[in-house]
Parts: sequence; C-alpha cells; structure tokens
Amino acid sequence: MSTLFANKMRISFVVLGLLLILFIAWPLLRTVTASSPARLWQTLLDEEVRRSIGLTFYASLLATAIAFVCGVPLAYLLARVDFPGKRLVEGLVDIPIVVPHSAAGIALLMVFGRRTLLGQAFGLFGLRFVSALPGIVIAMLFVSLSFLVNAAREGFEAVDPRLEKVARTLGASPWWAFWRVSFPLAWRSILSGMILMWARGISEFGAVVILAYHPMIAPVLLYERFESFGLSYARPIATLLILTCLATFTALRLIAGRKRR
Amino acid sequence: MKGGGVEIKGLWVELEEFRLCDVNLDIAAGEYFVVLGPTGAGKTVLLETIAGLHRPFRGRILLAGEDITHAPPERRGIGFVYQDYALFPHLSVAENIAFGLRLRGMGRGEIEGRVAAIGRLLGIEHLLHRMPGTLSGGEAQRVALARALVIEPRLLLLDEPLSALDPETREALQRELGRVHRELGTTTIHVTHDFEEAVALGDRIAVLREDRLDEGLREGRIIQVGRPEEIFRRPANEFVARFVGVRNIFRGEAHPAEDGYKLVTVNGLEIAAVTELEGSVHVSIRPEDILLSREPLLSSARNAFRGRIVGISDRGTIVYVTVRIPFGRSLRQAQGKLLDFVCMITRRSLEEMELRGGMRVHIAFKASAVHVF
Repeated sequence: MSTLFANKMRISFVVLGLLLILFIAWPLLRTVTASSPARLWQTLLDEEVRRSIGLTFYASLLATAIAFVCGVPLAYLLARVDFPGKRLVEGLVDIPIVVPHSAAGIALLMVFGRRTLLGQAFGLFGLRFVSALPGIVIAMLFVSLSFLVNAAREGFEAVDPRLEKVARTLGASPWWAFWRVSFPLAWRSILSGMILMWARGISEFGAVVILAYHPMIAPVLLYERFESFGLSYARPIATLLILTCLATFTALRLIAGRKRR
Repeated sequence: MKGGGVEIKGLWVELEEFRLCDVNLDIAAGEYFVVLGPTGAGKTVLLETIAGLHRPFRGRILLAGEDITHAPPERRGIGFVYQDYALFPHLSVAENIAFGLRLRGMGRGEIEGRVAAIGRLLGIEHLLHRMPGTLSGGEAQRVALARALVIEPRLLLLDEPLSALDPETREALQRELGRVHRELGTTTIHVTHDFEEAVALGDRIAVLREDRLDEGLREGRIIQVGRPEEIFRRPANEFVARFVGVRNIFRGEAHPAEDGYKLVTVNGLEIAAVTELEGSVHVSIRPEDILLSREPLLSSARNAFRGRIVGISDRGTIVYVTVRIPFGRSLRQAQGKLLDFVCMITRRSLEEMELRGGMRVHIAFKASAVHVF
C-alpha cells in the first residue's frame, strides 16, 4: 500500500483511476442490490428467462468452439509466417472490434439471409440462420473472434520458434511439434482468449438482434421486457445476468489461474 | 563409431537478409569439425540448413553417403544444440531427454534406461525430475546435449554451445564436449566465434567470413579449412590473420611440478604455467607478454629460453619478432623439434637493441602469462 501513495503524482493517479473504477462498480452494485432476493428468485423461476440465459451461454460456447478450430491455426500462421497480405489479414481480424455491431448484423444478413446464395445453400442442409440458433452463433462469432485470434497469436509469438526446430530435429513431424510444443506452451493465452471471447459473445446484443430476435437470448429478452413493461420488470433480469456472468467468469479465471501453478 | 561423414557440395542458401555462398565441406565420420567466424547469423544458418530447417537454393548435402538435401528434418537423424539450450519449458528434464525416444515408439522401460544412461554420461542424473526453468546455464546445456545425443544421431550440430555460459562453466563444459566426443565418436559440427574453443576441440576448423553488402544484405562464405595449426600459422588471407590474431599456441602435456605450478611439455620444451588442468592441453602466450633481450634476463619470470631470430615483421609502431627455440647446443638434441615464439615489441626497442635476423636472443615470460586450455 505504501507504494501506491508514495508521492503526490501517485496519489493523483490513484484518485483519477478510482473515478473510473467507481464508474464501473457503482451501477453494477446498484443493479445487483436493487432487486430483493425474493424478486430474483421469482425471476429465476420464469422459464423464459432461464431458457434465454441458457441459450446465450450455449450459443456463445458454440461460437467460441468454431473460432477455436479455425482461429488457432490462423493465429499460429500470423505469429510464425510472413506472407504477402499479412497486414490486411491482421486488419480484417480486428475489424469486428471497430464496426458498430448492428452494422455487423446487417452485413451478416446480406450474406446469410434467407434469399442469399449462401443462405439457400445452407438451407439445403436444413440450416437456417435468420431467427434461429445458427444466426445467433454467427453473430456472436463475428463480433468476438478477434479476441481469441489475437490472444492466441500473442501466445504463439511468445513461444521460441527454435523449440519447434529442435523438436523437428528430434524426429517430430510439423503436426507433432505443434501439438506437443507450441500448442501447450501457448495454451494459457489461448484459454484466456477463449474465456474473453465467450464473455464477449454472451454480452452481444446489436448483431444478434438483427439476425435473430427470436429465439431470444438474454440481452434481447432484457431489452424486450424493458420496452414492453418498463424498468422494474427489466431490472431483476439484468441483476440475474450480471450475477451469472460474474460468477461464471470468476470461476473460470480461478480455474485457469490455478493451472499457472 | 557412430555417425557418418558429411559432404556439402556447392551449397547456397538465400534468406531475406542473409545468404550463404558456395559452401563446400567434406567432413569425415567421427570428426570434430569447428566452423569459426565472427558473431553473426551466418553460422547458425549453415547449421540449420544441414539440419533441414532451411531449404537450400542450390547445392547438395550428403550424410553418410545418403543425399539428404530434400529430406525433412525429422528424417535426418541429426542432433541439434542451440546456444541458449532451447529446452522445452513445459517438460521435465527427463521428458525433455525422452522427447526424441518417444517419437521412435520406444517402450517405457527402454526409454527410462536410455535416459538414465545418457544422464550418467553427462553427470545430470540428479536433475532428471527438475523443470528446465530451475537449471543453471551449464546444467541446461548438458540437458540439451543429452537430449540431442540420446537419439544416437548420425551427426551432432552444436550452435555456439558454450557462448552463453560463464567462463568457469564454459571451460568445464568444453572439456566435457571433448570427452563425450572421444567416448561416443559422433561426427560433430560445432560453430563458435571463439578461436581458443575452436583450437581446443576441433580436429579441423573452417573459417566463415561474413560480408555486409548493400541494403543490409549480408553474405557468408567459407574462406579457409584446415587443421588448427594451419589456420593460425598460415592464415589464408588478411581476414583470417586479423580474426585469429597473432598468437603463440602450442599443444602439450601438462603435469604437476613443485610450488603448485604445472609444467607443460611442448616438443620437449618445458613451460611453467598456473592451471588446474593436467594431461593433453593447449597453451597460448600473447606476443605482448613475452620479454625479448640480447642478454640473459634476470627477472621473476619462470620461463626463460634462448633462441635465434628467424623473422621480423614490421607493422608500423609495433614489430613482431619470431624467435626459434631451442638454439645452440641443445639444437641437435631437439632433433628438428623447433618451437617458434612470436614476440611483440615496439619499433623503438627494435632499433635500440639493433635486432637482426639470425641474431641470438633471450625470451622470458611469466607462468601466469601462459593460458592453458
């Protein structure tokens, strides 16, 4: 503590930083404490609420899984190889962060909509995006994949390429060297990227609401209750969402942190 | 004898900022071959190309007669040791060493046996359960060496294996490398920028020069290959001479003498030195540490010899004088075993002493000026 208040500059920085922390913590705390436990329990018994929360977590998990399968290889390439157009690819990976998410939803609708080429092609396999789970998943995937790819890339960049080279000379194929050396060493970064991506997917509203208002994910349900019934009906759902997310991510962070030894 | 000979024919490697030009080497099975050159990327590129980690632009690499130019690294049977060890940080020492054995589909018992055996050879049995992050530099490099040797490679590549170590550890590990090579006989290519390391270990030495071309491009080529004595006695050109420097380096036998000194016998000549080493060693005496005079010297220097000037090389303000020892009565006894010492004096001393070729002189140097390695 003594180092935190070591001099006047530190003290003023502490005050300024604290303002921001309060700005985050205060509204959260207000929301969480505003609803009585009885009211929360009642909300929890509402099947529509529970289903929407479950759907949100599940859809985001699917999006994270897809990003893991395609994003980890992409991250590896970005970390290891210089190729023409690499800057462009890096820029594209970051674009979802800067594009307004409702605009991202419109963009996805232009490609995966019912009457588009891709939409119809997937339709042949019975896969529908608009107003369906796949739509929610791709919306979440689009807006959150940057987090996983960037975290994984940083993870791979921190692995000395000579470790792979040594593994190769010892008899490892490129696949084996990746799975036994680079991947385990980058795993911590990849895992934290996955957690971040999952969280980002769960909190997504704008892109999802354009592709799939129904089935309702929790943020959409919350918005609908607020629009139709007002603040007092929306508040317990907000409380529940915040609490669930906090609990989940605290738990995940603890589990991931313990592996660090 | 494990390991095979290496033939490198007309090898060119082109990388973004570096290219290796026309490398031709013929390394015998079981040879300890040193590639010597100033610090730079070139030597690592050569080793990595031999290991299959860079694709050559042109040329061929043969290992034990087999063309491996286009074989992937995992099929070459080549052990590689990097300067900063490159141990897998997430695996224990034993798992690091077993990495290559596991890939060969060996059973658990056999793996354990081999890991233990190589651990004994390198004196690291007590470290097997440790994680790499807890090891000292010398320990880590022994583990890296064990990991490369346990797969019984046809060729061992060492990339500046001693450069990251402190002087004491370096000396110990250098002797260790020599011993392990004598025991296993694995063909070895060792890359270093340290001349004494090259002399101490190498059966033969190749000198690699790196030139800086335009636009940040660097170019490396081999400019001399030969036995250590040839390299420093007959440098192929100015670059080698400059890089190697003017030195008195001899091979001899060190044995204990009174007062804690060691006597190193070089061609029958006994040189007093201060060292821990015994047996077959190299000694080096810097030319500026040798006193030169026309009369016998009365000094505290333990080493005093009589000789004759056989060469004077004028370098401006300083002059290198080559003195051949022994001279006179003992010459016949020496039976042609002569020792040339190069001494450095100033031009002014040369003129004051009126030194000329063929003149009898005395040289002296302290035991502490003799570096034994």
